[in-house]
Amino acid sequence: MNLQLIFPEIYLSLSIMFLLMIGVFKKDSDNLVYNLSILTLIVLLALVINLFSINESFVFSESYKIDTLSSFMKVLTIVSAIFVMISSFIYLKTLKILKIEYPILILSSILGMMVMISSNDLIVFYLGLELQSLALYVLASFNRDNVLSSEAGLKYFVLSALSSGLLLYGCSLVYGFSGSTNFTYIANTSLDMKYGIIFGLVFIIVGLAFKISAVPFHMWAPDVYEGSPTAVTLFFAALPKVAALTVFIRFLYTPFVNLIDQWQTILIFLSIASMVFGAIAAIGQLNLKRLIAYSSIGHMGYALAGLASGTNQGIQSSVTYITIYLIMTLAFFSCLFMLRKKNIFYEKIEDLSGLSNNHPILSIALLIVLFSLAGIPPLAGFFAKFYIFMAVIKQSMYFLAIVGFLSTVVAAFYYLRLIKIIYFDKSKEKFETDHNFGLKLTLAISTLILALYFIYPGILNEIVSKIIII
Amino acid sequence: MNFPILSSLIILPTIGALFILFSRSSSNYNAAKYISLFISLANFALSIYLWLLFDSTNSSFQFVEEKNWIHGFINYKVGIDGISILFIVLTTFITPLCIISVNSTIKNKLKHFLVAILFMETMMIGVFCSLDLVIFYLFFEAGLIPMFLIIGIWGGERRVYSAFKFFLYTLLGSVLMLIAIISIYWMTGTTDVIELYQLGIDSKYQNLLWLAFFSSFAVKTPMWPVHTWLPDAHVEAPTAGSVLLAAILLKMAGYGFIRFSIGLFPIASEYFVPLIFTLSLIAIIYTSFVALMQEDMKKLIAYSSVAHMGFVTMGIFTMTPQGIEGSIFQMISHGIISAALFLCVGVVYERMHTREISKYGGIVSVMPRYAVVFMIFTLGALGLPGTTGFIGEFLILLGTFKVNFTVATIASVGVILGAAYMLWLYRRIVFGEITNAEVKKLVDLNRSEMIILSVLAIVSIFFGFYPDPLLSTTSASVEGLIELFNMNVKIYTASNL
Repeated sequence: MNLQLIFPEIYLSLSIMFLLMIGVFKKDSDNLVYNLSILTLIVLLALVINLFSINESFVFSESYKIDTLSSFMKVLTIVSAIFVMISSFIYLKTLKILKIEYPILILSSILGMMVMISSNDLIVFYLGLELQSLALYVLASFNRDNVLSSEAGLKYFVLSALSSGLLLYGCSLVYGFSGSTNFTYIANTSLDMKYGIIFGLVFIIVGLAFKISAVPFHMWAPDVYEGSPTAVTLFFAALPKVAALTVFIRFLYTPFVNLIDQWQTILIFLSIASMVFGAIAAIGQLNLKRLIAYSSIGHMGYALAGLASGTNQGIQSSVTYITIYLIMTLAFFSCLFMLRKKNIFYEKIEDLSGLSNNHPILSIALLIVLFSLAGIPPLAGFFAKFYIFMAVIKQSMYFLAIVGFLSTVVAAFYYLRLIKIIYFDKSKEKFETDHNFGLKLTLAISTLILALYFIYPGILNEIVSKIIII
Repeated sequence: MNFPILSSLIILPTIGALFILFSRSSSNYNAAKYISLFISLANFALSIYLWLLFDSTNSSFQFVEEKNWIHGFINYKVGIDGISILFIVLTTFITPLCIISVNSTIKNKLKHFLVAILFMETMMIGVFCSLDLVIFYLFFEAGLIPMFLIIGIWGGERRVYSAFKFFLYTLLGSVLMLIAIISIYWMTGTTDVIELYQLGIDSKYQNLLWLAFFSSFAVKTPMWPVHTWLPDAHVEAPTAGSVLLAAILLKMAGYGFIRFSIGLFPIASEYFVPLIFTLSLIAIIYTSFVALMQEDMKKLIAYSSVAHMGFVTMGIFTMTPQGIEGSIFQMISHGIISAALFLCVGVVYERMHTREISKYGGIVSVMPRYAVVFMIFTLGALGLPGTTGFIGEFLILLGTFKVNFTVATIASVGVILGAAYMLWLYRRIVFGEITNAEVKKLVDLNRSEMIILSVLAIVSIFFGFYPDPLLSTTSASVEGLIELFNMNVKIYTASNL
């Protein structure tokens, strides 16, 4: 067994314990632990990139898989985690919730995600999922003096536990009917269509749909997004989706690849429902965080549309989509963090009123982000959707494509409404402008990528095109 | 041909826009204005130079530039032929005039307005010279963003409603086109227009694809019954925005019909001629009547635009050299004349702050110069011989008579209606008793207004008397297109016998 392949995970576990020790034994070490966690992530990133060139390989008797998909998704997770942490520092500081537990919980959840991303076995996958989720339950209710935050944590815990139950039941069905928990092994036995396996498949898809908040399993998302501290909302909106999407790809295209006729319809339904519902339900929202929750539901619909196509190109387009989605989410939340006045963070839509008069640069950034979220060319968001529909139309799934595009138009309405409020309305609030460097850097980098992506879209394509699953 | 002249035309306004956007002198409006004026004039000079270099006897694409963009999939490809060159020159000609006209009309955030106009110019030039469907789509859609902001930020009372309507209508039309573009890619393996001209598209799918493209172009043209966004957008947009909208944005669709609908889907185009003729006739007759009833000057001119574009679509789908050349000429002419009319409306609106026709009357005694200039454009709009308006309408009707007598006769009635609403508008505003006390206080045209309007008037009259430079530029390419069209139709009918 080659332990070098899981060196990043080992390193991360050890770092978590080490940081915990520092936190416990050293007084007032909140800042120190926070900064050390960012450092840990940067080293971790280097370690993972180091594994990029390795061909498909397994460890722990084929239960843990390292390939291009896992490396890419891990890099994505870690990079966005770094930006999440450097951009939310001031927010945590201002709300006085910068405790040592916070970065450590984030790191543990990332460890869980990495395990999920690489899993090639039902048990390993479940282990990663639970590690990730447990950390997230605590994070959601981290602002414990706030009623909404506590409610968010409890709600997320209860619903997530329910979905984990469904997932586990599905896993046990699959194990029972195939005789193994290993993905590769299940793939070989699932050829002779046993009903038990199909039932298991449906339960597993339901469980995973919960995790990426696809309609009709999305109910928790708006409340949890709204209630959690904004820094945690950003984390929710970005990282668990990457891991869950990877697992989706793994499940659908490794153990159940022979059952494509069975799951394709389910995925098309999930995708259409999410796109349409995400577009329509967001229209009436008044809170920016709720709005972005519905928006992310819609975006997951598009990512699932790529997966539903059942081709490598579809998978690649979904991966591209989630990458660009992450950048857009980071940029949007960086803007949210900037709406601060006298230690209060504003998160109502009406607070944006006339922002362009007092904060021209922030407004231009938001303009780019919102048009990109709406998928208007030449911004990056357009290309994300473009690749998805390239893959979908290739498989002649015209219905899905047309519904997808029409919901883009509906969704454009609420993004335009935000732009209208920022640019056309009378100015109201004047926010503070002294933001820390990390926040400015995150916003600048992400907005520039969104705006200039069209000049050379090939970069991402070349990396993503190496992900070949089937 | 080492110097990438088309790409420079596209990128130059953007560079100017970025320069203005990031220049520190936020308070110094004059600097921004002179930079943008300089950039747009330089672009105009460049496009004239391009026109001089252009070989009008050659019907194939010239100045073609190709670069690898998304590897092995889409190439950045631009090039021009006799059809597109005129639209490019029109764009670069109108933009500086818009920039001069903002002098008096835009009060707040002038800098951002200029940035939006320059971005707009990039998108418009890009639309007219892209030779790849995806690139075309990118430019076509990206133009929505600056226009949305122009209407929304600097518009009138109901600007939010109009901006949303404009954006959502056009977006809804365009997404179907994108689906069609992707389908074409998977059918033929390319989105390169030149290659597609040669390959041809399977006639089984042409009708559906044509409809998808039609949905986008019909909204943008705009054709009846999806024209309702146009009056709203025009009424609320600031003068410069209306000018850009009428002069250039509407032409994107006409250009698209010629370049893509006829070029790529000849058989479907043939099949859908009755549909186009019907919609065009409704546009010509019905919107002329609607225009007669308008109380708002800008709305009246907006409806007249719909009627004029009805002539254009009718002319394009006659598939005759006269019809298509006439349509191109009509688009250029409408670009100049409607721009001038909106500027004329802008002039009095600036002074009176109302667009209601009944508030005016008897302007001729206080603004004699204005009355003369306005007269020229009114006559141009109704197609008096000696103005560009006449040549375009005449050629279109000539082409239409050749293919369908009834349609042409009904359309001719539209010409009379056009004269009716334009002259009545003129009479109500310029002649008659002065009933409103405020009219007495009006001041005649100032210098910059005089410059813009007289330039437009001279151009309009010059090409009205001597249309040859425009017609000879387009004729070779149009004939090439019709040849391609006839060949395709012949092959198709032969195979179906």
